[in-house]
Order: sequence, then C-alpha cells, then structure tokens
Amino acid sequence: MNVVLAKNETGRALSESFAVVRDRLPGGGKIAEARNTAFEVYDRVGLPHRRLEDWKYTDLRALMREVLPLAAEPDAAALKQAAAAVKLQAIKGARRLVLVDGVFAPKLSELEGLEKGVTVRTLRAVLETGDAALQTQLFTPDNANPMVALNSAMMTDGVVIEIANGVVLKQPLQIIHVAGGATPAAIFTRSLLRLGEDAGATLVESYIAADGVKAYQTHDSLIVAIGDNSRLDHVRLIEDGRDAFNISSAAVTLGAHAHFNTFGMTSGAAVSRYQATIAFAGEGSRVETNGVNLLNGRQHADTTLFMDHAVPHCASREVFRAVVDDRGHSVFQGRIVVRPDAQKTDAKMMTRALLLSDDAEADNKPELEIFADDVTCGHGATTGALDESLLFYLRARGLSEKEAQALLIQAFVGEAIESIVNDDLRELAIAAAQRWLEARG
Amino acid sequence: MPLLEVKDLKVRVEDREILHGLTLTVNPGEVHAIMGPNGSGKSTLSHVIAGKPGYEVTDGEILFRGEDLLEMEPDERAAKGVFLAFQYPVEIPGVATMNFLRTALNAQRKARGESEFSTPDFLKKVREVAKSLNIPQDMLKRGVNVGFSGGEKKRNEILQMALFEPAVCILDEMDSGLDIDALRIAADGVNALRSPDRAMVVITHYQRLLNYIVPDFVHVMSKGRVVKSGGKDLALELEASGYTQFEDAA
Ligand SMILES: Nc1ncnc2c1ncn2[C@@H]1O[C@H](COP(=O)(O)OP(=O)(O)OP(=O)(O)O)[C@@H](O)[C@H]1O
Ligand SMILES: [Mg+2]
Repeated sequence: MNVVLAKNETGRALSESFAVVRDRLPGGGKIAEARNTAFEVYDRVGLPHRRLEDWKYTDLRALMREVLPLAAEPDAAALKQAAAAVKLQAIKGARRLVLVDGVFAPKLSELEGLEKGVTVRTLRAVLETGDAALQTQLFTPDNANPMVALNSAMMTDGVVIEIANGVVLKQPLQIIHVAGGATPAAIFTRSLLRLGEDAGATLVESYIAADGVKAYQTHDSLIVAIGDNSRLDHVRLIEDGRDAFNISSAAVTLGAHAHFNTFGMTSGAAVSRYQATIAFAGEGSRVETNGVNLLNGRQHADTTLFMDHAVPHCASREVFRAVVDDRGHSVFQGRIVVRPDAQKTDAKMMTRALLLSDDAEADNKPELEIFADDVTCGHGATTGALDESLLFYLRARGLSEKEAQALLIQAFVGEAIESIVNDDLRELAIAAAQRWLEARG
Repeated sequence: MPLLEVKDLKVRVEDREILHGLTLTVNPGEVHAIMGPNGSGKSTLSHVIAGKPGYEVTDGEILFRGEDLLEMEPDERAAKGVFLAFQYPVEIPGVATMNFLRTALNAQRKARGESEFSTPDFLKKVREVAKSLNIPQDMLKRGVNVGFSGGEKKRNEILQMALFEPAVCILDEMDSGLDIDALRIAADGVNALRSPDRAMVVITHYQRLLNYIVPDFVHVMSKGRVVKSGGKDLALELEASGYTQFEDAA
C-alpha cells in the first residue's frame, strides 16, 4: 500500500519549487531522470517529521516554516560580500574552494598550481560533461532519507575532487559555503572527494554567511571515498547565520587499512541537522569522530551518525559534546551496526552534555545493533551543569560568571578540538568556539 | 577605618547554624591568626567572606573598607582586594595555569579600571613570583592544579596571592600538606607581602606556622564563635593545653 502522508504547506511549496526549476538544473538525460526519481522519492514523504523514528527530535515540518526560492546566481554585490566573509575563515596554506549561494566562485577560489594527481572540478561541470562513472557515484547517497533525496533532485553545484593513488596532500583543501545573497533563498550543493590508495588529504568545510545575511536554507551533501591505506582528516564548522537552516549529509566509505579522522562543530544556524553514514568496506580501518554543539537562544542542532561495521577488524570512536544555553536543543543520534561478518570490531561511542540553563535540552539516542559475537562495543553518556566548585574558584579569582563559564566551556570543547591534528585547523576551530563564547556576552 | 569587619555574623548551611554570632575586626597592617578545632567554622567564615554560594547569612554583616561585602559578587570582592587561599584548591583540567592567571589578573584590573597587563609584562611578573616561591615553570604549563601535589597546590595559592596583591589575604590552612622546607618558602612568600596597608588572616591548627608568620593577634574559634583573643602567646598556650578549656566556654 502506498501511504501518502499529509504534507504541510512547506512540503507542497517545495514540490512546486522543483517543478519550476527542474529544467534549469545542470545535467540532462540520465541525470534529469535521476533527479526526477529522487524527487518522487522525496515527495512521497515530504519534509520529515517527528513520527519518523529518525527525525523524532528534529521535526522539520514544524521547524521549517517556509520554503525559500532556489538561490539566484550570486551577483557582484553578493560576491563582494562573500569575499569579505571568507577572509575570516582564512587558514594559512589551505587551498580555498568557495561556493557562494551554492555556486562555485572561481575568483574567490584557488585553482592554480594544483598538485600532480589532483583534479578539482565543479559539480555543474561533472553533471554536464563528466564521465558516466563519476556521475553515477554522485547519485549513490541513499535517497531513502528524504533530505538526501531532495538534495539529489535539487543540487546545483559543488566541488568534485579526485586525488590519485600515492598522492599525500600537505595543503588542506577548504570548501567554504557562503550565503551572500540579499534575498532569503535555498541553496542546494553536493561535493565529492575521491581519495585513491596510499593517499592522504585534509578537507575543511566551513559554512558561513556574509555580513547581514540571515535567513537562508543550506542543503548540502558530501560523498567521500577513502581508498586502501589512505588517510583523510576532516573538519566541519557550521557558523551559519542565526536565522539559517543547515541540512547536510555525508556518505563516507573506507577501504582497507584506511583512517578517517573527523571533527565537526556547530555554533551557528537556527536549525541544523548533520547526518553522516560512515561505512567500512575494507578490513583494518579506523574512524575517529568528534563532534561539538555550541548552542544558545533557540538554536536546534542535530547530529545523526550511522557507523556501519560491515567487515572485520575495524575500529570506530565517536565522542560527541554539547554545550547548551538558554532554550537551545542539542540532539545526538548515534547508531552503530556490526554486521555478522564484522568480527573483532571495536566500536565506542560517548556523549557528554553541559547544560547551562534550566530550559536547555540535550537528547541522546544511542543504538547498537550487533550481529557478530567477537566484538568490543560500548556507549556512555553524561549530562550535567558546570561544576559549581570550579566556577566559584574562578569567580573568587576575579572572573565574572560569564568569564568563568567561558573558561570551563573552552576546556570542555578544547578536549574535542585536541583531536584535530593540523595546528592551523585547531586554531580555526578554537576561533569559531571563541566567536560563539563572545557572542553570548 | 578597619579593612575588614565581621560583626555578629550568623550563618546557616542547609538549615543548620554554623556561625553563631562571630565578630572580628582587622585593621591594615595586622596579621590575625585563627585557631580552633575541626568543624569550628573557620573555613565557613573564609567562604562567606569570599562569597561562596550555599551559605545563608541570617544576621550580622561583613564590611570591607566600610562597604557591605555581602552585597558583592565574588569577583567584585576579588577585584576590591579580598583574597582567599583555599584549604582545598580545586583542580581545573583543560584550563592552563598561565591562561587562568592572566585572565584572572586582567579581569581584576579591568574591574578596577586599570589597564590590562601586556603579555611580556605579565610573563615577567609570573616568572619572578614563581621563582621566589620555588615553583618550576613546567607546573605553570599544566592545567590549574591538575596533578599538583598537595604542597604544590598550596604554593600555587600563594603564587596567586603574590600576583594579585590583595588588601586582605585569608589563608585557610596554607601549612597543611607542606613539608618543612616548603612551609618556610611559602611563609617567606607571605611575609614578603606584609605591608602597612595589607592585612592577613591566617587560619591554622599549628603553632609552628606562627613561628614563621608572626601574628599580632590570635583568636580561638569554637563552635562558630570567637571564644578568646590574645597576642601571639595565646598560640603557645593552646599548643600546650589544647582546646578543651575553650570548648567549655563556647
Ligand atoms: N555544605 C555543608 N553542608 C553541611 N554542613 C556543612 C557544610 N559546610 C560546612 N558544614 C559543617 O559546618 C561545620 C564547620 O565546618 P568548617 O569547614 O567551617 O570547619 P573548619 O573549622 O574549617 O574545620 P577544619 O579545621 O576541619 O578545616 C562542620 O560541622 C561542617 O560539617
Ligand atoms: Mg577548614
């Protein structure tokens, strides 16, 4: 039976939006077909709501009150605004790849002097003229997730990076998503990073808004394939405007003896959801994921991770921290599946929440599904306020309540930031946390 | 004007009265010693002066240079020059000692309308003080009190006192956990801070500390009151005869 759920106004508006823009989206033929299929899948459910188990804490139907028109190509003013915002995120020695309102901005990006074995193309170019295999890979994320399906249908641009076997990039690659348009709009991007065998890279993703740009909706998705014996370091910083939505997904696969170290911090956006699927496809691989939510006001941030242990001898570590003030709402859903073949899996998950006010909320949903018998798996969670005796010690030394809290929050977040290997990226994350702390006064 | 006046102070913790009308007047330049058996309320007094939450003052007042101290936030008191060297300094993992010291010093200076210390000036000052207290540099690189021995924690308190240059220093059992050499070094640090416009309140169980930091007055506390005050000889008397005689008086 085909159950058609009632769709709210926003959902309906999205359907209309797709009908209007579909002919303008890049890629014809098979790609247009794939978009249509994806949209149909999305349209069957519409915006996810709390009656869907996976979305029970993040009811987009309730949270997303309006659907914004697809962003226009950035004009000169938007690009200028974006250029100024990008400066704040500058990291020494990083190769910058900038998307303004969902469109690759060559003038703000650095494409010259690419290392041998590295190619960078825009998603638009790949959809329009790329080889079929790459195009197929761009449609691999699972459309069963409505927001992934919507992204598959609507994606307009992004960056597609390929790193050949044996290439170890010293220079971090930094994708900066900037909202620069004067009118509120919806932005749909998708990027891909293919890391060959015996290779190494560092990828940074920053989400920011130009000065004064507030209400917009970013829908992003990332596909990562890490080859055998390769290592990817990954940092994501959500510093979107305070009225913005950020709905992002990631699909990561690891070959054998590969290593994925990922750090994510959300301090911006009104509502955000990051849903990542990390799948082990080869033995002897390792994943470390560290997440931080820094929330105040009425910010809502949801991180939903699915760790798929499909093969033996892999290890995963997930540590998720939340600092929630005012009426902020932090959500962490961590699902670990250990499939029957995945013996000797070592999977651990930990969440720690610091609640700074009585109305602050942190929800934590761990799910372990273990189908192999010789494994080490575990999860733990703590929730609490800042330690009163530490606060008093600091205040007795002259720190105001906010200053004392800030030092203790920095220490709490600092433990997660320590997991970032690159010094400059650690500084970038510290600066982002600092901006959040300063904004709370 | 006295620096610190505690007048008929009554304090409750969780519905139990701990201080039952305590009076103490401390003038600039004076060193007061407070002695008394375990549980007599010495730390409670020091906490209430510093502004620790959880204590209910039901009667009496505390004036600092004539101003109502109980109306002030703990950080305001610190900026005005009230310093408590804790009996049990806490460990603060993840907060580097140097960062903590600089943040605290600059917060106090800012609150007083003074300019913040530049990094080189600050480092120079900390190094000098640390050296005089025999505190190794690598201790300052660690988290605040993290992995410090009992004696190191106490020395870190004296270091802060020397750095912040407060007007009233309350030292709550700074001698506990210190070996003889460390005790002498810490006491020298305290003595170096003695000045005509600064006062000290030294809480201790042992006469020995008072050989190093010679008090002008000695007070005996028992069951939440000062039951006897005298000169430095009172400490010797206590050492010889114990507290029992005063407990009857309380
Ligand atoms: N938070 C609290 N809750 C309940 N009782 C308390 C609390 N703090 C202190 N007390 C009680 O108040 C009394 C005085 O304690 P305080 O720590 O001031 O004594 P003290 O004179 O410093 O003792 P010591 O010499 O052992 O350090 C004790 O009986 C103690 O148990
Ligand atoms: Mg005590």
